[in-house]
Amino acid sequence: MADPMRIRAQAAGDKATVRVLMAHEMETGLRKDAAGKAIPAWYIQEVSAQLNGKTVMTAQWGPSVAKNPFLQFSVRGAKAGDKIGVSWVDNKGDKRSDEATVT
Amino acid sequence: MHTRRDMLNRSAQLAGMLAALGLLPELARSQGSPGPATAYNTAAFDAKTMAELMKALGGATPVESKDVTITGPDIAENGAVVPVGAATSLPGVKRLLLLVEKNPAMLSAIFEVSDAVDANFSTRVKMGQSSNVFAVAMMADGRVLYAAKEVKVTLGGCGG
Repeated sequence: MADPMRIRAQAAGDKATVRVLMAHEMETGLRKDAAGKAIPAWYIQEVSAQLNGKTVMTAQWGPSVAKNPFLQFSVRGAKAGDKIGVSWVDNKGDKRSDEATVT
Repeated sequence: MHTRRDMLNRSAQLAGMLAALGLLPELARSQGSPGPATAYNTAAFDAKTMAELMKALGGATPVESKDVTITGPDIAENGAVVPVGAATSLPGVKRLLLLVEKNPAMLSAIFEVSDAVDANFSTRVKMGQSSNVFAVAMMADGRVLYAAKEVKVTLGGCGG
């Protein structure tokens, strides 16, 4: 299981800006190690976000998203006290979900 | 202070709860979100050109539009971490894509836009060399609009 995500959600007006920092290697599968062997691809493929348990956003990512990915988006209608959940699944089937409260 | 064991326990519980509620992304998506993107779109992420990509995603030929914006640095010192953003002010957006023209595979990310989120996403991508980056908006009415920006990379982010 991977390390937890860092999620910050701040309400501004009628929406909340969510910033997520995920801990993931995001190997492209194109790099080679010191012995010249290709390092296998290992990256997040699917990301989704929930507002109070209801999915509001999904995304599919390729290997060209940077290591320890950062993601920012805005959720409409979110107010202080609401719960923002974010989950991802990588190409090895590993997954992680974390939750934060809108402030 | 949480121990690692606590975290593991708790995340396992949360995963269980989410699964029980039918809220895990794959389950949620199979019920909601229209369009063909219910499974990971390998063809799209393998595409090398815009034409291949649009074929994989079932989109029309993209047209440049002032209503789509791409944000990014003019010069990125480190190609491994290039902050980019895609946004549009138009209503009726179905998907936003982020592309890097000269990467081994063009497509970086697909964001499925719902009514509950703004069509405005920022993330960080890797770039192998200086190239154009594109924000592509696929509209509900079938139009495909894009905006491009050139980003110069002084140190590539792929291998080395």
